[in-house]
Parts: sequence; structure tokens; C-alpha cells
Amino acid sequence: MSGAPAVRFDQVSRSFGAKQVLRDVSFEVRDGEALCIVGRSGTGKSVTLKLIVSLLKPDLGKIWIGPDEITTLGESELSKVRRKLGFLFQDAALFDSHTLYENLKLPLERLTNKSPEEIDFEVDRVLRQVGLGNDRYKMPAELSGGMRKRAGLARALALEPRILLADEPASGLDRITSSEIDDLLLQQKTEHHTTLIIVTHDVRGARRVGDRVAVLDQGRLVAFGPVSEVEQSDNEVARELVRE
Amino acid sequence: MEAALENVLALTGEVSVFGLRALVNLFRRPFEGTQIRLQLAEIGSRSLPLVIASGFALGAVLTMHTRSTLVTFGATAWIPEVQALAFFVEIGPLVTGLLVAGRVGSGIGAVLSNMRATEQIDALEALSIDSFKFLVVPRIVACTLALPILTLFLDFSGFLGGFIAEYAASRLSFHLYVSRAFSGFQLSNFCAPTLKTAVFGFVIGTVSSFLGYTTNEGAQGVGRAATSSVVVSSLLIIVLDVLLIKLIFFVFPESAL
Repeated sequence: MSGAPAVRFDQVSRSFGAKQVLRDVSFEVRDGEALCIVGRSGTGKSVTLKLIVSLLKPDLGKIWIGPDEITTLGESELSKVRRKLGFLFQDAALFDSHTLYENLKLPLERLTNKSPEEIDFEVDRVLRQVGLGNDRYKMPAELSGGMRKRAGLARALALEPRILLADEPASGLDRITSSEIDDLLLQQKTEHHTTLIIVTHDVRGARRVGDRVAVLDQGRLVAFGPVSEVEQSDNEVARELVRE
Repeated sequence: MEAALENVLALTGEVSVFGLRALVNLFRRPFEGTQIRLQLAEIGSRSLPLVIASGFALGAVLTMHTRSTLVTFGATAWIPEVQALAFFVEIGPLVTGLLVAGRVGSGIGAVLSNMRATEQIDALEALSIDSFKFLVVPRIVACTLALPILTLFLDFSGFLGGFIAEYAASRLSFHLYVSRAFSGFQLSNFCAPTLKTAVFGFVIGTVSSFLGYTTNEGAQGVGRAATSSVVVSSLLIIVLDVLLIKLIFFVFPESAL
């Protein structure tokens, strides 16, 4: 991997009250790379994603998205940076009072200058890409867990982000469905050169999709590198977490 | 006691800042016309059946009670005027405020806190959509605009309920009922109390949006936000009602009856 840095953390720390969730975390993800973040529950994996998209601010340290250091940006500049990012939430976070079509239409309508016909075409294209072409008028409550994940992924991809963040895309899904989600993520990476940052407990998926793995333990980055390297790590937790 | 007072003052301050932020955002682009229309339909149109039915029943019952008292003094001719004054000046605005606080306040609190708990608000922010402007401002504006209109519906349905109850008892004609009802009535008696409900609407929208939008307690917080929205909005409406009446009498002395 030799692309330019897509995301960079520099000694980032974050606490919630007395609990320090991230301590001095530094890493870099390059353009077009897939990084899987693994770790035990409550070790700051999801917080890392929320820091990247600026839903949370770090207490200490700096975060770069491409050339932009985002911790000091105002709302309007931040909004521009966020346009480069897509976020697949753990439970998809679909707007439950909107149909699937409206869920995808909303960001396109508000953030692009596309005509209604172009938006319609784009929504259709993305829904077909994730295999939901016939479900555009369904409400989120009518979708199964796997369909919700795919719908969430479709919404995250609607604005054609350069960096896709996915929070536990395999959680709550059977092996076959989670493998289908992995296929979609891989397709996005290979066909659109999208940078992927995936928080996961699914070692099989991490080995398949990730170019590199970051292991977080008690808020610290204890291992970082290709799976083959992490398997040889001195850190026992890291070795255990990437073992299939 | 001191801690409780401190909490109340802190909450008042936070809600006030939240309301001011909504006012500022109302005039910033992009304007949320579509969302405001949707919320007006949800808050206004869907509250109409409850408001009209309550007004009608209240009007009929009030007339029956008033009649039984006034008949003792041979003053039944005053029934239409008493009815109109009671409804248009006080009962209509206050009851509409409380009804909407119950129906809409709990709904706003529950919807927004559920959106917070299920990361839908985070999803909006991640999509570069200002969630405050998109979710909160339209709800506050819709409540503020809908309340005076709903109050008119409650006033007139109450008036109609009163007339029907009176007609059943005395066969008084509608024409005579109306002319007696409004004989001592000025427009100023009616305008200020109706318009004050816009303040009630602003309070309902702001308080319930604040409690829903800022909750961070997961699924448990949804129920709490819904209940607190109703309780806090209703209490504030009652307190504000007293303060606004004093203010109206001070600014428009001719409206005092």
C-alpha cells in the first residue's frame, strides 16, 4: 500500500467522565486501503469511528481526513469534509419514518445539485447495487436485519464517499449474510477504490476484507499491521483476537 | 431544596438557550419549508379531532353547569355571554395548550429521543445534515403556528357545544344565542388571549424537543423524555398563562373585562 494518507490519528485520547476510552492512539490509513479495527467490547472501536466523522471530539490529539485536520474545523468546513465520508451504523440507523427510497433520497436532495430524475436514477442504481432494487418503497421496519444493513450501506454509498466507515457490519447476521455484506464492501474497495475502515468482531470477515488490522485493548492500540504480522505480535490479546 | 432549585434554574437556562438557538436557525439557510409543512400536518391537522371533540364536550358541559346555577337567580339570559367569555378568553387557550402538550409534546419527546437512541440523529450529522435545523426547528415553528389555529377550533366547537346544550334546555335560537354571547365582547378581548397560545406552542415545541433531542439514556430515555415533555410543558403553560394575562392587561388595558 503506497497511497496518500486518507485518515491519520495522532496521539488521540478521549474520555467519558472518569473512563478513558482511547489513550494516545496513533495510526494512518492510506487511500484505497481497508483497515479492520478489532478489540474486545468497550475498548473504543466505535468511538474511533465517531471521532473520524466528528460526531465526537478528541480530548487530546489530532485527526486528519486527507489534508484537513478536523479537530479545529468549524461546522461549514466540517460539513465539506464529511461529504468525503460514508458511515454504516451498527444498526443501520435508517430514518424509520421514511421509506427506503426516501432514506437514500434525503442526502442526495440536500447535498447535491442533482435533478429529481437524476436522484431517482442514482437511488435506483445504489439500491440495485446492494440487492434491494425491488424494495425501494418498504419502510425500515419491514426489512430483515441483513436487508437493513444493506440499506444502511446503500445510504452510506449514495454520495459516493471516498472513505467508508462501517461499525460492525456483520453483527447480528448469519454467516452467509455477513459474507454478502463483506462482498459488497470488497466490491466498493476494488471497483471504486474506496478506503474502508471497519470495526468488527468477525475475524473471518476482517481477514477477508482488511489489508491491515488495528487491535485496540483498554483504549490503547496494541497491534497494527497485516493479519499475518498481528498473528505474530507480542501482545497476547492481539494474537487471540485475530485467531480464527 | 437548594440542589433542586439549582437543577430547575439550570434546566430553564438550557431550554432558553435551546429555544434561542432555534430562533436563530429559523432564519438561516437552508429553510426547512417542507419539514415545517410536514410537522404542521402532524401537529396541527392530526390534533384537530381531539381539540374539536374536547371543545364541544367542554362547551356543552360548561353550559349545563352554568345553567343550573344561573337559573336560581333568573339570569339564564347571561349563559351565552358567560360561555363565550369563558371560552374565548381563558378556557379555549389554556385547554388547547394542555391538550397539545399531552398529544404533541409526548410525541415530539418520544420521536426525538428514539432517534437519538437509535443513532438516527448521528446518521443525519454524518450525512452533513444539520440535525438541529432539520428536526428541531420545524417542530418548534409548527407548534407555534398551530396553537392559535387549534385554539380557534376549540373556541368555536366549545361555543357550538354550548349552544346545543342551551338549545336543548330552552330552545333559544342560534341568532339570539350569538347576539347575546358577543354583546359585551370586543375584538381585543379575543385577540390577545388567542395569540398568547403561540407562546404556549413555542414552549411545547422547545421543551419537548429539548428533552427528546438532548437525552442520552438509550431506550429507557425514550419513555422518560415523553413523560417529562408533557409534565414540564403543562406546568410551564399554567405558569405562563398567569404571567401572560398580567402582561396582556398591562399592555392592552382595554382587554380587561
